[in-house]
Amino acid sequence: MNLAPHLPALQVVVPLMAAPLTVLLRQRDLAYVLALIASWAAFIISALLWLQVEATGTISYAIGSWPAPWGIEYRVDRLSAFVLVLVAGVAAVVLPYSRASIETEVPRRQHYLFYTMFLLCLAGLLGITITGDAFNIFVFLEVSSLSTYVLIALGRDRRALFASYQYLIMGTIGATFIVIGIGLLYLMTGTLNLADMGRRIAAVQNTRPVLAALAFLTVGISLKLALFPLHQWLPNAYAFAPSAVSAFLAATATKVAVYVLLRFYYSVFGQSQVFARLPMQEAMLLLALAGMFAASAIAIFQTDLKRLFAYSSVGQVGYIILGLSFNSTSGLTASIAHLFNHGITKGAIFMLLGCVVLVMGGTSMARVQGLGKRMPLTSLGIVVCGLSLIGVPGTAGFVSKWYLLLAALEKGQWWLVFLIVASSLLAVAYVWRFVEAAYFREPRKDVVGSGAVPWSMGLPAAVLVAATGYFGLDTSFTVGSASRAAALLMEGLR
Amino acid sequence: MKNDLVLRVVAKLLIPFILLFALYVQFHGDFGPGGGFQAGVILAAAIIFYALIYGLDRARRVVPEPLVESMMAIGVLIYAGVGVAGLVLGGNFLDYFVLDPNPVLGQHRGIFWVEVGVATTVSGVMLKIFYMFADRGKVDE
Amino acid sequence: MTGSGHFSYFVTVFLMVAGLFIVIARSNLIKKLVGLGIFQTSVYLLYIAPGKLVGGTAPILSDAFSVYSNPLPHVLILTAIVVGVATLALGLALVVRIREAYDSIEEDDILARDAAPGPIEQDP
Repeated sequence: MNLAPHLPALQVVVPLMAAPLTVLLRQRDLAYVLALIASWAAFIISALLWLQVEATGTISYAIGSWPAPWGIEYRVDRLSAFVLVLVAGVAAVVLPYSRASIETEVPRRQHYLFYTMFLLCLAGLLGITITGDAFNIFVFLEVSSLSTYVLIALGRDRRALFASYQYLIMGTIGATFIVIGIGLLYLMTGTLNLADMGRRIAAVQNTRPVLAALAFLTVGISLKLALFPLHQWLPNAYAFAPSAVSAFLAATATKVAVYVLLRFYYSVFGQSQVFARLPMQEAMLLLALAGMFAASAIAIFQTDLKRLFAYSSVGQVGYIILGLSFNSTSGLTASIAHLFNHGITKGAIFMLLGCVVLVMGGTSMARVQGLGKRMPLTSLGIVVCGLSLIGVPGTAGFVSKWYLLLAALEKGQWWLVFLIVASSLLAVAYVWRFVEAAYFREPRKDVVGSGAVPWSMGLPAAVLVAATGYFGLDTSFTVGSASRAAALLMEGLR
Repeated sequence: MKNDLVLRVVAKLLIPFILLFALYVQFHGDFGPGGGFQAGVILAAAIIFYALIYGLDRARRVVPEPLVESMMAIGVLIYAGVGVAGLVLGGNFLDYFVLDPNPVLGQHRGIFWVEVGVATTVSGVMLKIFYMFADRGKVDE
Repeated sequence: MTGSGHFSYFVTVFLMVAGLFIVIARSNLIKKLVGLGIFQTSVYLLYIAPGKLVGGTAPILSDAFSVYSNPLPHVLILTAIVVGVATLALGLALVVRIREAYDSIEEDDILARDAAPGPIEQDP
């Protein structure tokens, strides 16, 4: 039986079937091995799909052999393949890391359930990216969100429970807004298939339900994206979740939401509808700038490193939306490239912070003093990733910021160039807070570290830090894929 | 509650019919309102009714916890298994047409097994939720 | 634009806004979940009400009828109801754990107690 034509289905089915198997296996080591095999298989499948899309173009797969638009269609085009590689890749790196990380952060008898939830979250995120059916996006969105709420609540601090509850309330409101938008679109176009919707929407473009659908979808997806000011759930959720969970979520959850936004804006509504009729450009621009500045400013005053970098995530999402608001090929290229680069950078940072939690017991500024002496390699890794957040040449963050500046210059908006550089200075400020505490202070006498970072945690973190540097120097994969995906989106209908 | 005669007798009369009704709803999903989710909930409701009258321990002996956890997982595996069966037999994932030489019968077969999987998972989940919630805090008997 | 023809949509909007108001305005965690449930119920109505076509019969093929009501929204809403149940169950489980950890289920109380962070607690 030839598996190659069935890769799109297997991309979701492999982690989805591994999840109940981990429940049946119960034993934590067996569950870990199964989860490892499933996530690495998912990564290999995503790489194969990316290669296939680069070679032959968009892949379409009919679930249940019902042809689109009657049946659910899995559609892999350049943008989906790129995001699939990011999500599966981060999962494949975080899973071996998580084994040692959850030893101290999650009670032993719940470890096998951690792997179940991780696999369900992974299956959900992959499903959102690969499906070509609007309601299917909602279903997978809820699958990934519900497992995310559980993963966050596994944190050992009791504040993780309330953080998860807050995220549950806000996330469910966001998902319900999305389903309202999808419902209005279904009522007006009569189909749930995204490509078909894009074709049919031209006939009903100027009606109020379609505009209302656009509004509902934007607000719902922005909640999931953590676009300012709908970002309130993110700092608490990332700060109090187990470190492996923060690493996985910071790298993937908001990025997949950006993918959904791009998919709806460009493939369903079409750029003319979104940007010409409504002042979306100005609205997105304002919110992105507000996020960039407000979040980065708040980050500077945090006393806990995980919270600091969580606020930094909100700021970086601002950059991605800024690129989107330009509505040009170069702006979209910058957005999509930053999606990837920020994903691997933040994943690396949270994994390194997890190593700090393991050794020092926490990530508050007090515990982190003198870290340069106590954990030199970890501190160096955090500094390298911090440089990527600022956008220093040689790191991945610089590449996407560069393209963002180019897109702004293309529009002739000199003041935007100035603002982007100014917000990077804010990033310098909050990265300097870490550098100052770690390298220019002596370790406190009342904070004693214990143990060393095991290989299973150090190696995955090092892989992502190395990737941050590598993709800063060799941009063929990231920028190449991003620019081809952006060109495809700007063409309009798929 | 097991000391109340009326409740005990009514429970013993009703529970078999509730279970039967759950099976009826399960198999009539094709032709009327019904299907896996509704049947699973009614099935779980019958067991929860038993637990309310006779106590959580008696219910735990009838439907033990490891069974409930396995039911949750096995239902999902049955559903995914139907999908993989479609793959193995030559069609796409979740292809019901290839499950039987007659495509219409294949659809019936696929829907039947998928609904069995859904009912198993849903009743397992509902029971597990009840067991977990009833366990915490004070239990008045 | 008759009012009576759009009755279900008026109900939908009322439930939507009522649900959202409860989520925002009430600080009791369980009441928030109730509001969320009401909000989700309004969406079910939004999908199903337009599915019933005027003069449409049940969607079972027969030679005697030519107009059928749309069965697809019912399938979609079944999925959405299951999602709603799962969310409610998860939310309630979180509230139970929060009650055990904080001894209160009022949002203001919990935030006040968090202002002075307690020790890191292990799961029992």
